[in-house]
Amino acid sequence: MIESRWDVVVVGAGPAGLAAACMAAEAGRRVVVLDENPQPGGQIWRGEDHHWIRRFSASGSTFRGACTVVDQPEPGVLHVVGRNISYHLRFKRLVIATGARERFMPFPGWTLPGVVGAGGLQALVKSGWPLAGKRVVVAGAGPLLLQAAAFFRSRGARLTCLAEQTPLRRGLSFALRSGKRLQAIALLGRLCDVPYRWSCWPVRASGQERVESVTLRQGDRMWTEPCDYLACSFGLVPNTELAQLVGCELVDGAVRVDEQQETTVSGVYCAGEPTGIGGVDLALIQGQIAGCSAAGSLQRASAFFEQRARWIEFRARLQAAFALRQELRQLPDPETVVCRCEDVPLKEIRPHSCWRSAKLQTRCGMGPCQGRICGPIVEFLFGWKVDSVRPPLTPVRLEQLVNRGSAATADRHDSHPG
Amino acid sequence: MIEIRVNGKTLKVPEGVSVAAAIALSGHDRFRRSVAGQPRGPLCGIGVCFECRVTVDGEPHVRSCQLLCWPGMEVCTDD
Repeated sequence: MIESRWDVVVVGAGPAGLAAACMAAEAGRRVVVLDENPQPGGQIWRGEDHHWIRRFSASGSTFRGACTVVDQPEPGVLHVVGRNISYHLRFKRLVIATGARERFMPFPGWTLPGVVGAGGLQALVKSGWPLAGKRVVVAGAGPLLLQAAAFFRSRGARLTCLAEQTPLRRGLSFALRSGKRLQAIALLGRLCDVPYRWSCWPVRASGQERVESVTLRQGDRMWTEPCDYLACSFGLVPNTELAQLVGCELVDGAVRVDEQQETTVSGVYCAGEPTGIGGVDLALIQGQIAGCSAAGSLQRASAFFEQRARWIEFRARLQAAFALRQELRQLPDPETVVCRCEDVPLKEIRPHSCWRSAKLQTRCGMGPCQGRICGPIVEFLFGWKVDSVRPPLTPVRLEQLVNRGSAATADRHDSHPG
Repeated sequence: MIEIRVNGKTLKVPEGVSVAAAIALSGHDRFRRSVAGQPRGPLCGIGVCFECRVTVDGEPHVRSCQLLCWPGMEVCTDD
């Protein structure tokens, strides 16, 4: 009853996934790439005319958008679900390129409509969300803030403040030594008239039915900034759920890979952010290595090793430079909701000794997002290990789990992505 | 342009616009109420957080940020 067989299945159509697919398909393998979004490109390139997307289109790979992997019913088989579609895929090799999600920080008012992820607002705007003339405060940690702010401005937003929790000295020394120097200077140049605050972070969002203002703190100074959107991002969290489901080992919250980008599960490769947050350049190199490896071209893979080593160094510097400060642990007050799905406040979670206990007693992490938002938060707040993954990886309707489609429906999926 | 309905009101949106964006274009900030009744809107924008879920053509709990509008679509917030 297997609907579809492939040499290489790639999960995730961002830089790492596209690079892997190109390498494997160009080596003559039958390749399919799955993505939750209707379009390829990942969060970073979606909707752009990027040369990697063009190369992917010409590579002979098949793209299936608007679908998600919910389970591995047996080794070598994935259960894929889309809107009105549900089928099994059998693979010889699997490349996991599931990217990352934003890390959020709970503070009073962070659940109000209008408080969004910085990358999240970018994704929304790319899909048509209106931003022209809106007042936007960007806050959090990491180089994504700068890039998001420049993007919001290009779409007509009025940037009223950019709050980076990192101290100026650390941020500057990273930017100047990183090989991304010119990019950083260009971005800063475009934002030179925006108040750019270092060692600064949001302590409260206020409003009735939506955010109306944000209170920021910089040293001993606190002030309130009126805004239509507060775009927050406190770094990124690797999406390791699929890797964990198929049995891959993690190390420090990221998927463990060897020189060939192979995980601890034979025939399963991983590239990009799930192996540790390192940015697009590392993702592309790792994706190419994974694609070559999955196609059996080990020689071609080794040509990228030197470049990879350089970007892994960059990754270490990036993570050290934008490490989160301890003061952020004090942001939520006892009534602040930590688990947004189940509305569990901090005061109910704090008495527990571990994630499992908090889940069982408070329903924290038991809602539709399955702890993807609050899991990284409690890891940061309490140091808990959050590693429970079980199928289905994402909530699906019961009939989609039970009624697997036929080969015909899988083919229909190819011709009508989305 | 395609025509959809958001909470009973007709709205014209360009092709390729997500349901989440269409809801914002129609002037709604609140997409749903949480289990405790708090107002909520999109957070992650990439299909992870489920805060943007709405009812589409009678089907509840659809992530509006991951779905593109189609002609005649009927969208209801506050599911």
